[in-house]
Order: sequence, then structure tokens, then C-alpha cells
Amino acid sequence: MVNHSKTELVIEAGRTEKQYWQDLWCYRELFYFLAWRDILVRYKQTAIGMTWALIRPFLTMIVFTVVFGKLAKLPSPVGVPYQILVFAALLPWQFFAAALGECSTSVVANSNLISKIYFPRLIVPASAVIVSFVDFLISGIILLGLMAWFNFVPSWRILALPLFILIAFAASMGAGLWFAALNVKYRDFRYAVPFITQFGLYISPVGFSSSLVPEKWRFIYSLNPMVGVIDGFRWAIIGGEAKLYWPGFLLSLGLVILLLGSGIWYFRKTERTFADVI
Amino acid sequence: MSKTAILVESLGKRYIIGHKKQDRYISLRDTIADTAKSLSNRVLTGFRKSISNEEIEEFWALKDVSFEINQGERVGIIGRNGSGKSTLLKILSRITEPTKGRISIKGRVASLLEVGTGFHPELTGRENIYLNGAILGMSKAEIKKKFDEIVAFSEVEKFLDTPVKRYSSGMYVRLAFAVAAHLEPEILIVDEVLAVGDAQFQKKCLGKMEEVGKQGRTVLFVSHTMAAISNLCQRVIWLNKGQLEMEGQTSDVVAKYLSNQSNVTYEWHNYEKLSLENEAKITYAKVVASGNNLGGIVSFDEDFSIEIEYEITTKLEDAVVFIRLTDALGTVVLTTWDTDKTNSRGKVRHPGKYSCVCKIPGFLLKPGYYSVTIGVNIPNVRGLDRHDNIIGFEISTLGFNLSQGRLGVITPLLDWQVGLRNS
Repeated sequence: MVNHSKTELVIEAGRTEKQYWQDLWCYRELFYFLAWRDILVRYKQTAIGMTWALIRPFLTMIVFTVVFGKLAKLPSPVGVPYQILVFAALLPWQFFAAALGECSTSVVANSNLISKIYFPRLIVPASAVIVSFVDFLISGIILLGLMAWFNFVPSWRILALPLFILIAFAASMGAGLWFAALNVKYRDFRYAVPFITQFGLYISPVGFSSSLVPEKWRFIYSLNPMVGVIDGFRWAIIGGEAKLYWPGFLLSLGLVILLLGSGIWYFRKTERTFADVI
Repeated sequence: MSKTAILVESLGKRYIIGHKKQDRYISLRDTIADTAKSLSNRVLTGFRKSISNEEIEEFWALKDVSFEINQGERVGIIGRNGSGKSTLLKILSRITEPTKGRISIKGRVASLLEVGTGFHPELTGRENIYLNGAILGMSKAEIKKKFDEIVAFSEVEKFLDTPVKRYSSGMYVRLAFAVAAHLEPEILIVDEVLAVGDAQFQKKCLGKMEEVGKQGRTVLFVSHTMAAISNLCQRVIWLNKGQLEMEGQTSDVVAKYLSNQSNVTYEWHNYEKLSLENEAKITYAKVVASGNNLGGIVSFDEDFSIEIEYEITTKLEDAVVFIRLTDALGTVVLTTWDTDKTNSRGKVRHPGKYSCVCKIPGFLLKPGYYSVTIGVNIPNVRGLDRHDNIIGFEISTLGFNLSQGRLGVITPLLDWQVGLRNS
């Protein structure tokens, strides 16, 4: 029999830790397929398809430029078009907001899978974030377009962008895991999340530069982890004038790491009962 | 050779039910309100033990269940609704955690608790094969290798690039089962999958499962259809109220289980008053088996009979009493008239009470559950009285010495002239 070498699977109360990360690796293809499914389905039966991923951030950018740049006449660093200032922040923010929304509903939306098939549940919210990430990459095209339009050449700092993307990823994943797990038990969070993302758009420095925040509040302002992410994006994309407020950035970074760590911990803690309460 | 594939030791699963209101999910507001209430309670009672105003009730869906399954065995799990079968399968397939006990499993497990889990209506058949395969635990390479086989089995070649939301339900189920059938796990866990699809498709599924079993894989099969269990499984585990009631040879356990089930009513009385409008009325019917009559359980090889009593209030011409047998899948197996061997033409029945007995030979009906419809009518003119599925019986596998795979609705033994032909 071939099975001699097969490891024995033991099921006991509270004993799934050991195989979990190994399982996660075994099920990596499922992770890929779930993401693939969501991407495929996302724009099915729409007339303009993927273009939606371009239109939404583009229009938001125009509105923000008009309201904050032209009407409120908020300053932007010298030589940086307001459009690029806004879009450099809108990019990570929309990614965060979309990922958080997708992620928080992902487990409940896949309840038919959860209650019928075993797989490491972490795959579901993770692949939801990936879907938003694809949208993020698509809307990145707009940024390139804007740069070409305004003849804006980024500095070497653009090379650090992947690092900030990673932080944005961690932030949305961390928050998403919390909400996804909580949403299974308390459907209240389904209503809380849109509110949070709507609210967050204004308290995060999306439409304006965070240098507008008075110096003494800057550190406290950075308690919003997206402040660090957005500042990082601006720092990398705009270059030159945009300065990184280091204490605030490190605080944001620390919070993101804490958010992700605790998110995974809470998700892992509750996922075993998902099938029972969903 | 017989190595243990699954070992279950004193397994238990507890659910907490009746959290005051039985909401499907708890809302945060309720939790906060309850916490506040119990806090204030605690303060009021001076930090003594809090008086819980929540009615927490424990419910053991499974309690102290232990069994062992060897490699290559096909084991059926039976039991009424709510006996813990599904919970057991869910624990075995790691969807939910046990509260107590221990299970050890050797080999790759694939569980099929539902056909078409994870099918997405917007995706095409082709896309869904990949998606569903991945969900069931197949690798992409594996699916690719078997893709053509899956498509051929499902018979939906033409619609591979159509979104499955436009599929007929039959096509949908066929495709879903085709994917599942091509899984190659060492241990296959199947729940009631056969409850869908038409009779022909169910047969196909059963055939496939038998094949899987013959390839030396371990199969765990939950079903309500005793015929399917009898065909497929060598051993049966009977769960009752979350506990192991009986375990053993299929025929023994199934016979015991069926005799224990009160829903096989083999006797029927009609207590309705006979009014003058009724020209005829069936008053009594019963299945009578000669041997050890376990309440409607009939051995395959044994003759048995159906007794009928009826009343007639007016003079009837050309009337017949009929019996119709329907199998568990709803197929009408046969209809017989009390005038089958005489001629009904011109036969006159006068008012009065009658009784008749119809003898059904052994070696005719395949093992399985049958329900009986009884009525009186004047053929091609009108019905006089009719009672659908009032009694039933189960043909058990006892004495079933024919090949399990013999196709057909009935299994009569016919006369063959056999000889050598010398040319």
C-alpha cells in the first residue's frame, strides 16, 4: 500500500494548529482559483467591463481636484499637479476601501463553501483582497496616464512603491480579517464597513496633503494607519517636495503590523466555529 | 491487509441552542444588551453568582460515538433525520470541530456533502469544472488530465462555454457530479448526493460509486435509500439520536433499522363512514409476509401477499380492484387487477362486503422500498375509490443471490432453453 508514508490526520477539539499552515500551502491552488473566479465574475454581464475599474477612481479624482484644489484652494507641493497629488492618495485608499469591503463580506458570501467543504478559511478573505488588488493595478494605469499628460517624471523614490503597496495590503488584510470574522457572528458589521470607508475617505489625507494637519496633531493623526500608507505613496510617487513625517509613519506602520497580526489571530481563533454559526 | 483508515474514538459534538430567541445569527446589540443586563444583575446580587437569564440548552448532536473503518471498506451510515449523520460527516471532513473525542484518518479525504458546491452561476461550464475541482481538492494538473473524461461523463459538451445559470437543472447536476466522480481520494465521504437527479442519473451515480469502491478505496456513504445502501455497502453504522445504535453487516442492520422504523406502515384501516355517494370503498389493506414478518419487511426470495377488504353499495358492472406498486424513486413498477386471470367483461358485483388477496411471488421485485396504491375503478370509465401510497413494504436483501449490478426494474427468473447446437 502506498499509504505507509502518508501522515496521519488527527481531528480533536482545538487541534488544528499543526497542519494549518501546511494545509494553507496545499490549498494554494484553491486560493488562486477563488481569486480567479471573483475576478472573472466581477465584470460579467456589464457592458463596459473592466473599464469600471478605471472610471470610478478617475471621476473621484476629478471631483476631489475641483472641490479641494480649485474651490477650497488647498495647496499642493510646487510643481505637482493637484490631480497627481490626489490620485497618488486615491490609489491606495480605494484599494483599502474596496479590499475591506470585499474582505469583510467574503466569508459570509461564501457560506455555502464554508459549510460544505474543508479548506483553510484564511483563503477566502485573502483571495478577496487579491481581487481588489487587481482593480488597484488597473487603476494604476490612470496614474501613468496622468504622469504622461502632465509630463511628470517621478524620482528614484518610485522604486520604494512596492514596499508601500505591501503595507497597504497588510492594512486592508488586517482590518478585513477582523471584520470578516466578526461579520460571521454579528452581521452588524456588514453595515458598519461601508460607513467606515465613507467616513475614512474624509479623515484620511486623500483630498489634501497631510502637511495641512497642524504639527502638534500630526502624531495623533497618524493613529489612522492609512495616513502612513497614503503619505508613503505620495512620498514615493511625487518625490521632491513631499516629505515623510517619520514618527507618524512608523506609528502607522506599527499599527498596521498589529492590525494584521491580531486579525490573523482572531480569524484563526474563530474560524473553527464558522461552519456552526454562519 | 485490512489496515485502519478511519478510527473514531468517543466522538462528541455539542451545540448550544435556545439562546432565548432563536435568531439565525446574533446581533451585536443583543450581545451588548445581554452583557449589560448580566452585569447589572451581578451588581445587584452583590457579585454573587450571576443569575443567568439566558436559557442555554446543550444539545449533543453526537455523543460517545466510536467505530473503526478499514481501508477499502464501503460503509453506510443510516439513521433518521437529526440522528447526527450529517454532523458526523461534517466532523470527518473537518468542516466543524468535535467537542470531544478523537479521530485519526489515514489518507487523502474528499467529501461530497452536496453536489455542485461552489459552482458559480455566472461562470461557464468549463470554468466551473476547474473551480469545483479545485474546491474539492484536485490540483489544476489533475483536472486538466481528466477534463475530457469529466465532460464526456456529464454529457454537456455542447454547453461548455455557456454560463451554468442557463443550464437546465439536470445538466447542472450532471456536470457537478461528473467533477466529483473524478476525484481520486483514498477516502471518499458522500452524503445523500443521490437525492438529486432523475432515476437514470441516480443509477449512474450509484454505478460510479460502486466502481470507486471496487478500486479499493474507502467509501463512507450516508443515505436514506436503503436500496442504495444495500447495493453499495458491506457494513452499516446506524446512528440514533447521536449515538451508535448498531453496527454490522448491511443486511442485518438494514433489516433491524427498517423494522424499527414506524414509517413503514404495512397495515391500513379506513375509518371513514361509507356514504351512499360512494359506490365502492376500500376499508382495509395489509401486507402479509409468510416468514419472519418484521412489519413490512419481506425477504427477496419469499412470496408474500397483499390483503384487501372493500365494500360496495350499488350494483357494479365491469369494476376492478387494482393494486399499484411504486418504488422508492417514484417509478410505477406494476399495476395488477383482481380480474387479471379472469375476464372483467360483464362481471357483476352486488352490494356487500368483499375481501381479496393478491399474491406476489418472490424473485420478482428488486430489494428496496415500495409503496402500494389501492383502488376500485371501472377501467376507462371512472374511478370509484382510490388511496395513494397507504401502505408500504421493503424487499430486503435477504435471499438476494443475484448479481448486484443486474439492471432493470424487476428481477424475475425466466425460463431459458439451454442446449448444445450440433451443426
